[in-house]
Amino acid sequence: MEPIIIEGTPKTPSIKFDAKDGVFEIKGRSIPENSVEFYKPLNEWLDTYMQGPLDKTVVNIRLEYFNTSSSKCILDVFKRLEAIHRSKHDVEINWFYEEDDEDMLEAGEDYDSIIKVPFKMIEIVE
Amino acid sequence: MSFDLENLVSDLDIRGAVLYFKGNVDSEVINKALDLVEGKLLTTRETPRLRKKVYNVLVESLQNLYHHADRIPRGYHASRSDRFGLVVMEKLGKGYRITTCNFVAAAHVGELEEKLTRINRSTPEEIKELYKEILNHQEITAKGLGGLGLLDIARKTGHRIDFRFKRYDDLNTAFRLSAVIAPA
Repeated sequence: MEPIIIEGTPKTPSIKFDAKDGVFEIKGRSIPENSVEFYKPLNEWLDTYMQGPLDKTVVNIRLEYFNTSSSKCILDVFKRLEAIHRSKHDVEINWFYEEDDEDMLEAGEDYDSIIKVPFKMIEIVE
Repeated sequence: MSFDLENLVSDLDIRGAVLYFKGNVDSEVINKALDLVEGKLLTTRETPRLRKKVYNVLVESLQNLYHHADRIPRGYHASRSDRFGLVVMEKLGKGYRITTCNFVAAAHVGELEEKLTRINRSTPEEIKELYKEILNHQEITAKGLGGLGLLDIARKTGHRIDFRFKRYDDLNTAFRLSAVIAPA
Protein backbone atom coordinates (compact mmCIF):
# COMPACT_ATOMS: atom_id res chain seq x y z
CA MET A 1 0.00 0.00 0.00
CA GLU A 2 1.44 3.34 -1.07
CA PRO A 3 1.95 5.90 1.71
CA ILE A 4 -0.04 9.12 1.67
CA ILE A 5 2.25 12.12 1.95
CA ILE A 6 0.94 15.68 1.72
CA GLU A 7 3.12 18.76 2.12
CA GLY A 8 1.94 21.32 4.64
CA THR A 9 0.74 24.80 3.68
CA PRO A 10 -0.01 27.84 5.88
CA LYS A 11 -3.59 26.54 6.22
CA THR A 12 -3.27 22.78 5.93
CA PRO A 13 -1.10 20.32 7.86
CA SER A 14 1.58 18.02 6.54
CA ILE A 15 0.40 14.44 6.40
CA LYS A 16 2.57 11.35 6.45
CA PHE A 17 0.76 8.05 6.78
CA ASP A 18 2.94 5.09 5.85
CA ALA A 19 1.57 1.56 6.13
CA LYS A 20 5.11 0.10 6.10
CA ASP A 21 6.15 1.33 9.55
CA GLY A 22 2.72 2.04 11.02
CA VAL A 23 3.74 5.50 12.23
CA PHE A 24 1.38 8.23 11.05
CA GLU A 25 1.72 11.97 11.52
CA ILE A 26 -0.44 15.09 11.14
CA LYS A 27 1.59 18.23 11.75
CA GLY A 28 1.18 21.99 11.45
CA ARG A 29 -1.94 24.09 10.97
CA SER A 30 -5.33 22.83 9.98
CA ILE A 31 -7.48 25.88 9.29
CA PRO A 32 -8.82 25.51 5.72
CA GLU A 33 -12.28 26.81 4.86
CA ASN A 34 -13.15 23.43 3.40
CA SER A 35 -11.70 20.79 5.70
CA VAL A 36 -13.83 17.96 4.31
CA GLU A 37 -12.17 18.31 0.91
CA PHE A 38 -8.70 18.27 2.50
CA TYR A 39 -9.27 15.25 4.75
CA LYS A 40 -11.20 13.14 2.21
CA PRO A 41 -8.13 11.43 0.65
CA LEU A 42 -6.70 10.75 4.10
CA ASN A 43 -9.88 9.08 5.32
CA GLU A 44 -10.13 7.09 2.07
CA TRP A 45 -6.54 5.94 2.59
CA LEU A 46 -7.43 4.85 6.15
CA ASP A 47 -10.48 2.95 4.86
CA THR A 48 -8.08 0.83 2.82
CA TYR A 49 -5.52 0.51 5.64
CA MET A 50 -8.27 -0.70 7.97
CA GLN A 51 -8.68 -3.82 5.79
CA GLY A 52 -5.24 -5.09 6.88
CA PRO A 53 -3.63 -2.91 9.55
CA LEU A 54 -0.26 -3.59 11.16
CA ASP A 55 -0.19 -5.11 14.65
CA LYS A 56 0.69 -1.69 16.00
CA THR A 57 -0.20 1.76 14.65
CA VAL A 58 1.17 4.91 16.24
CA VAL A 59 -0.38 8.26 15.35
CA ASN A 60 1.37 11.51 16.19
CA ILE A 61 -0.75 14.66 16.14
CA ARG A 62 1.35 17.80 16.30
CA LEU A 63 -1.03 20.62 15.55
CA GLU A 64 -0.32 24.25 16.19
CA TYR A 65 -3.83 25.44 15.28
CA PHE A 66 -6.97 23.80 14.02
CA ASN A 67 -10.38 25.25 13.22
CA THR A 68 -13.76 23.82 14.16
CA SER A 69 -14.40 22.45 10.70
CA SER A 70 -11.14 20.46 10.94
CA SER A 71 -12.12 19.21 14.39
CA LYS A 72 -14.86 17.01 12.94
CA CYS A 73 -12.56 15.69 10.19
CA ILE A 74 -9.89 14.84 12.77
CA LEU A 75 -12.55 13.01 14.77
CA ASP A 76 -13.41 11.03 11.61
CA VAL A 77 -9.73 10.01 11.40
CA PHE A 78 -9.81 8.94 15.05
CA LYS A 79 -13.03 6.96 14.56
CA ARG A 80 -11.29 4.91 11.89
CA LEU A 81 -8.38 4.34 14.28
CA GLU A 82 -10.89 3.31 16.93
CA ALA A 83 -12.30 0.70 14.55
CA ILE A 84 -8.78 -0.67 14.01
CA HIS A 85 -8.30 -0.81 17.77
CA ARG A 86 -11.63 -2.59 18.18
CA SER A 87 -10.44 -5.24 15.74
CA LYS A 88 -7.74 -6.24 18.27
CA HIS A 89 -4.85 -4.26 16.82
CA ASP A 90 -2.72 -1.91 18.91
CA VAL A 91 -3.33 1.75 18.23
CA GLU A 92 -1.78 4.62 20.13
CA ILE A 93 -2.51 8.29 19.61
CA ASN A 94 0.09 10.80 20.79
CA TRP A 95 -1.39 14.28 21.12
CA PHE A 96 1.38 16.89 21.30
CA TYR A 97 0.71 20.35 22.70
CA GLU A 98 2.98 23.27 23.42
CA GLU A 99 3.78 24.27 26.96
CA ASP A 100 1.05 26.60 28.31
CA ASP A 101 -1.29 25.85 25.40
CA GLU A 102 -4.21 24.78 27.55
CA ASP A 103 -6.64 25.08 24.64
CA MET A 104 -4.74 22.44 22.67
CA LEU A 105 -4.48 20.23 25.76
CA GLU A 106 -8.25 20.54 26.32
CA ALA A 107 -8.91 19.72 22.68
CA GLY A 108 -6.88 16.52 23.12
CA GLU A 109 -8.82 15.70 26.26
CA ASP A 110 -12.10 16.17 24.35
CA TYR A 111 -11.03 13.56 21.80
CA ASP A 112 -9.71 11.28 24.54
CA SER A 113 -13.16 11.30 26.18
CA ILE A 114 -14.94 10.52 22.88
CA ILE A 115 -12.60 7.94 21.34
CA LYS A 116 -11.86 4.59 22.92
CA VAL A 117 -8.20 4.40 21.93
CA PRO A 118 -5.12 4.79 24.19
CA PHE A 119 -4.44 8.51 24.08
CA LYS A 120 -1.24 10.08 25.35
CA MET A 121 -0.91 13.82 26.00
CA ILE A 122 2.64 14.97 25.40
CA GLU A 123 3.73 18.46 26.40
CA ILE A 124 6.38 20.07 24.22
CA VAL A 125 8.66 22.13 26.44
CA GLU A 126 10.68 24.74 24.59
CA MET B 1 -28.31 58.58 5.18
CA SER B 2 -28.74 55.01 3.97
CA PHE B 3 -27.76 52.10 6.19
CA ASP B 4 -24.27 50.66 6.00
CA LEU B 5 -22.84 47.77 8.05
CA GLU B 6 -20.37 50.33 9.38
CA ASN B 7 -23.25 51.94 11.27
CA LEU B 8 -23.16 48.91 13.56
CA VAL B 9 -19.58 49.64 14.62
CA SER B 10 -19.75 53.41 14.98
CA ASP B 11 -18.85 53.03 18.68
CA LEU B 12 -15.63 51.13 17.91
CA ASP B 13 -12.16 52.53 17.35
CA ILE B 14 -11.88 51.70 13.67
CA ARG B 15 -9.05 54.16 12.99
CA GLY B 16 -6.84 52.61 15.64
CA ALA B 17 -7.86 49.04 14.82
CA VAL B 18 -5.30 46.25 14.41
CA LEU B 19 -7.44 44.98 11.54
CA TYR B 20 -10.35 46.45 9.64
CA PHE B 21 -11.99 45.00 6.56
CA LYS B 22 -15.34 45.39 4.86
CA GLY B 23 -16.28 43.46 1.74
CA ASN B 24 -16.38 39.98 0.30
CA VAL B 25 -14.79 37.62 2.84
CA ASP B 26 -13.27 34.99 0.57
CA SER B 27 -10.32 32.64 1.19
CA GLU B 28 -7.80 35.18 -0.07
CA VAL B 29 -9.09 37.89 2.26
CA ILE B 30 -8.99 35.45 5.18
CA ASN B 31 -5.38 34.50 4.35
CA LYS B 32 -4.29 38.13 4.16
CA ALA B 33 -6.08 39.08 7.38
CA LEU B 34 -4.53 36.15 9.27
CA ASP B 35 -1.03 36.93 7.94
CA LEU B 36 -1.40 40.58 8.83
CA VAL B 37 -2.61 39.94 12.37
CA GLU B 38 -0.10 37.18 13.04
CA GLY B 39 2.72 39.50 11.93
CA LYS B 40 1.43 42.34 14.10
CA LEU B 41 1.00 40.11 17.15
CA LEU B 42 4.59 38.91 16.82
CA THR B 43 5.81 42.49 17.17
CA THR B 44 3.98 42.85 20.49
CA ARG B 45 4.93 41.55 23.92
CA GLU B 46 1.84 39.40 24.15
CA THR B 47 2.34 35.94 25.60
CA PRO B 48 2.29 33.03 23.13
CA ARG B 49 -0.88 31.86 24.88
CA LEU B 50 -2.75 35.12 24.22
CA ARG B 51 -1.41 35.30 20.65
CA LYS B 52 -2.70 31.80 19.96
CA LYS B 53 -6.11 32.52 21.46
CA VAL B 54 -6.47 35.71 19.43
CA TYR B 55 -5.42 33.91 16.25
CA ASN B 56 -7.86 31.06 16.91
CA VAL B 57 -10.79 33.38 17.59
CA LEU B 58 -9.95 35.40 14.48
CA VAL B 59 -9.91 32.23 12.35
CA GLU B 60 -13.36 31.22 13.63
CA SER B 61 -14.76 34.76 13.30
CA LEU B 62 -13.59 35.14 9.70
CA GLN B 63 -14.72 31.65 8.76
CA ASN B 64 -18.10 32.30 10.38
CA LEU B 65 -18.49 35.14 7.88
CA TYR B 66 -17.23 32.91 5.05
CA HIS B 67 -19.68 30.11 5.82
CA HIS B 68 -22.66 31.87 7.37
CA ALA B 69 -23.02 35.43 6.06
CA ASP B 70 -26.30 35.51 4.19
CA ARG B 71 -26.68 37.41 0.93
CA ILE B 72 -26.87 41.18 1.15
CA PRO B 73 -30.31 42.74 0.84
CA ARG B 74 -31.50 43.86 -2.56
CA GLY B 75 -30.55 47.49 -3.04
CA TYR B 76 -27.66 47.41 -0.56
CA HIS B 77 -24.57 48.92 -2.13
CA ALA B 78 -21.76 46.37 -2.43
CA SER B 79 -19.66 45.03 -5.30
CA ARG B 80 -20.37 41.39 -4.36
CA SER B 81 -23.49 40.00 -2.79
CA ASP B 82 -22.20 36.81 -1.18
CA ARG B 83 -19.98 36.45 1.90
CA PHE B 84 -20.26 40.16 2.55
CA GLY B 85 -19.06 41.12 5.95
CA LEU B 86 -17.10 43.47 8.12
CA VAL B 87 -14.42 42.66 10.66
CA VAL B 88 -12.71 44.89 13.23
CA MET B 89 -9.99 43.78 15.61
CA GLU B 90 -9.08 46.28 18.33
CA LYS B 91 -6.54 46.32 21.10
CA LEU B 92 -8.62 46.64 24.25
CA GLY B 93 -6.73 47.16 27.50
CA LYS B 94 -4.54 44.09 27.92
CA GLY B 95 -6.56 42.07 25.46
CA TYR B 96 -8.28 42.27 22.11
CA ARG B 97 -11.82 42.56 20.80
CA ILE B 98 -12.84 40.97 17.52
CA THR B 99 -16.11 42.19 16.03
CA THR B 100 -17.80 40.93 12.90
CA CYS B 101 -20.91 42.19 11.13
CA ASN B 102 -22.94 40.62 8.37
CA PHE B 103 -26.46 40.29 7.09
CA VAL B 104 -28.69 37.47 8.27
CA ALA B 105 -31.93 36.48 6.58
CA ALA B 106 -34.74 37.57 8.90
CA ALA B 107 -35.95 33.96 8.96
CA HIS B 108 -32.65 32.86 10.57
CA VAL B 109 -32.55 35.49 13.30
CA GLY B 110 -34.61 33.59 15.88
CA GLU B 111 -32.48 30.46 15.66
CA LEU B 112 -29.21 32.41 15.85
CA GLU B 113 -30.40 34.50 18.78
CA GLU B 114 -31.52 31.37 20.61
CA LYS B 115 -28.15 29.71 20.00
CA LEU B 116 -26.19 32.70 21.30
CA THR B 117 -28.48 33.20 24.29
CA ARG B 118 -28.05 29.54 25.21
CA ILE B 119 -24.26 29.84 24.97
CA ASN B 120 -24.22 32.98 27.11
CA ARG B 121 -26.37 31.34 29.77
CA SER B 122 -24.16 28.24 29.94
CA THR B 123 -21.32 27.59 32.34
CA PRO B 124 -17.86 26.80 30.89
CA GLU B 125 -18.47 23.14 31.74
CA GLU B 126 -21.84 23.13 29.92
CA ILE B 127 -20.24 24.79 26.88
CA LYS B 128 -17.53 22.13 26.86
CA GLU B 129 -20.11 19.32 27.01
CA LEU B 130 -22.27 20.90 24.31
CA TYR B 131 -19.19 21.29 22.09
CA LYS B 132 -18.34 17.60 22.47
CA GLU B 133 -21.95 16.59 21.88
CA ILE B 134 -22.13 18.50 18.57
CA LEU B 135 -18.63 17.38 17.56
CA ASN B 136 -19.46 13.74 18.13
CA HIS B 137 -23.02 13.52 16.88
CA GLN B 138 -23.64 16.12 14.20
CA GLU B 139 -22.86 15.60 10.54
CA ILE B 140 -20.70 18.23 8.89
CA THR B 141 -22.40 20.27 6.18
CA ALA B 142 -21.10 22.65 3.54
CA LYS B 143 -21.72 25.38 6.10
CA GLY B 144 -19.73 23.69 8.81
CA LEU B 145 -21.08 22.34 12.07
CA GLY B 146 -24.14 23.89 13.67
CA GLY B 147 -22.72 26.53 15.92
CA LEU B 148 -19.43 24.84 16.79
CA GLY B 149 -17.57 27.99 15.76
CA LEU B 150 -19.56 30.11 18.23
CA LEU B 151 -19.06 27.55 20.98
CA ASP B 152 -15.35 27.49 20.26
CA ILE B 153 -15.18 31.29 20.52
CA ALA B 154 -17.05 31.14 23.84
CA ARG B 155 -14.71 28.42 25.14
CA LYS B 156 -11.51 30.13 24.07
CA THR B 157 -12.48 33.57 25.38
CA GLY B 158 -14.29 32.46 28.54
CA HIS B 159 -16.48 35.54 28.16
CA ARG B 160 -20.03 36.28 27.14
CA ILE B 161 -20.38 36.78 23.42
CA ASP B 162 -21.81 40.23 22.79
CA PHE B 163 -24.31 40.34 19.95
CA ARG B 164 -26.97 42.61 18.54
CA PHE B 165 -29.37 42.65 15.63
CA LYS B 166 -30.66 45.61 13.64
CA ARG B 167 -33.60 45.16 11.34
CA TYR B 168 -32.78 46.25 7.78
CA ASP B 169 -36.07 45.42 6.08
CA ASP B 170 -38.73 42.69 6.28
CA LEU B 171 -36.38 40.06 4.90
CA ASN B 172 -32.96 41.07 6.19
CA THR B 173 -31.31 41.88 9.50
CA ALA B 174 -27.84 43.23 10.19
CA PHE B 175 -25.96 41.27 12.83
CA ARG B 176 -23.00 42.21 15.00
CA LEU B 177 -20.95 39.77 17.09
CA SER B 178 -18.09 40.71 19.43
CA ALA B 179 -15.70 38.52 21.36
CA VAL B 180 -13.14 39.74 23.87
CA ILE B 181 -9.92 37.84 24.36
CA ALA B 182 -8.17 38.82 27.57
CA PRO B 183 -4.97 37.47 29.14
CA ALA B 184 -5.54 34.70 31.70
